[in-house]
Amino acid sequence: MITFEGVTKRYPGGTVALDDVSLDCPTGRITVFVGTSGGGKTTALRTINRMVEPTSGRVLIDGQDVREHKPAELRRGIGYVIQHAGLFPHRTIEDNIATVPYLLRWNKKKARARAHELMERVGLERSMARRYPFQLSGGQQQRVGVARALAADPPIMLMDEPFSAVDPVVRAELQDEFLRLQDELHKTIVFVTHDVDEAIKLGDRIAVFQTGGKLVQVDSPETLLARPADDFVAGFIGHDRGIRRLSFIPASSAPLSERDVLPADAPVERARDAAGGWVLVVDADRRPLGWAAAAGLPASGVVGDASLAPIGHTFDVAGDSVRAALDAAILSPSGRAVGVDAEGRLAGVADQQDLSTAIARAGADPRPAEAAEDGG
Amino acid sequence: MEFDWDWIARNTDSLGEHALVHLRLALLPVLFGLLIALPVGVLCRRWGWLYPPALTIANVFYAIPSLALFMIFIQYTGLTASTVMIPLTLYSLSVLVPNVVDGLASVSDPVRQAATAMGFGPLRRLLRVELPIAVPIVIAGTRVAAVSSISLVAVGQLIGQGGLGYDIIRGYQLSFPTQIIAATVLIVLLALVTDAILVTVQRLLTPWARVRGKVS
Repeated sequence: MITFEGVTKRYPGGTVALDDVSLDCPTGRITVFVGTSGGGKTTALRTINRMVEPTSGRVLIDGQDVREHKPAELRRGIGYVIQHAGLFPHRTIEDNIATVPYLLRWNKKKARARAHELMERVGLERSMARRYPFQLSGGQQQRVGVARALAADPPIMLMDEPFSAVDPVVRAELQDEFLRLQDELHKTIVFVTHDVDEAIKLGDRIAVFQTGGKLVQVDSPETLLARPADDFVAGFIGHDRGIRRLSFIPASSAPLSERDVLPADAPVERARDAAGGWVLVVDADRRPLGWAAAAGLPASGVVGDASLAPIGHTFDVAGDSVRAALDAAILSPSGRAVGVDAEGRLAGVADQQDLSTAIARAGADPRPAEAAEDGG
Repeated sequence: MEFDWDWIARNTDSLGEHALVHLRLALLPVLFGLLIALPVGVLCRRWGWLYPPALTIANVFYAIPSLALFMIFIQYTGLTASTVMIPLTLYSLSVLVPNVVDGLASVSDPVRQAATAMGFGPLRRLLRVELPIAVPIVIAGTRVAAVSSISLVAVGQLIGQGGLGYDIIRGYQLSFPTQIIAATVLIVLLALVTDAILVTVQRLLTPWARVRGKVS
């Protein structure tokens, strides 16, 4: 665990970068520092590896003051990733990744083998090992940056806006892989970003910093969205925090129905009196085929003969959130969202009313997610 | 006027000898200049306030006519090679010091920060990261310094230390253009070959910069 105890950083000119910051970054979790520019989040990050020395207060790693280690030695045990990757232009990709192993005097063969292993882990082709950084795209460089930080398998990773300089598509990709990697590695990660969406997506805990280096709130993403500590936090998160909160309500909490669902071989007569004017047609395996409009049914035959409107997207009852379900409902021609199981078979249909019920229920709940958070 | 090829054939040995002396007189000062410019450049990067006065001093040296500098150093080092090489060393600084500083400045902030955060101490960072990245710019400066030094050495003949400068002055005294032309052409060739060697050295030392040149 990384612990900040009353950490203050005041520069000679009188600027206060950190103002009496106290917080814990739990072991094996992702703590995100988010806030306005000048909020001190990067300064806070850098006190952990002594790139910034606090004016007062202490930073502890597992109870030990970071000042008990020499800076260079301390840093070799802490992974560090920055915005523009900061790769060494004069070193090949494999040697960039092996930087810390070399500093730790591993032999060259072992260090390179480790570099190759990590390249695979972060999704880089082996053929890139001998290339130089400028030959890689921004996203690839950032992957090298992550691999380099992981090279000596440090328990702690500091990440300073690592995905900010790449385009949104690549960013989302890197974020997903980062989460996947963290699922395997369980590093203690401190992650700085100015992007609230990124903080909510990645953070187990989010620390919000305000201009002047004040820490205003530390909470789980759910709690942050549900109960911002003050107007600054509420404004910073944005007006759509209600919608974003839906990401944390599981779709499984919505009531599902089998109303107006018919197999493709059902006679059209059974579809004529569909309540909403639409019937969901499924195949023999219960895989949804499309929506049939009651008004547009053929005079006779089976519902499978009707021209079907596409479903748009379905939602996964087990894994998706109410946000995904609501989106599916809004985009559906019938206004109803189609829920499927892991195999893609129909689990049930929910209309917007059903989803509202789930949302209202979650709002009334005393947030079970937060209770679990406090335990860890 | 006729170019006397026979004279060339008869004097290849002495011309070759003069060319070697010429190279030594020209290039040792560049080497010494580098040895001075590297630490001075590093200090100028470390403490920014040092750079303007350091650059001014280097430029003042460059502004003093070589003849005047020879006269000054003759009092201490006599009519020796040092009297030629010391001024040439000082001249090279006006190119090399700013090049070392620019080279070190070409290391981007993220790279410097990353190096620090990976656990490089200041000295190791300088030797393993900053200086290697500065190499292309430092070598660019070295090329200018070497070429100008090779052309400047000839003046040293005024105190009897001029390499191929000897043949230029001798040719003038004897009204024998062949010797003047031969020496001049050789000096130009020495400059071109030296430059080509430095370009090759740079390519070998910095494959990462060479590939960049090809791509962009």
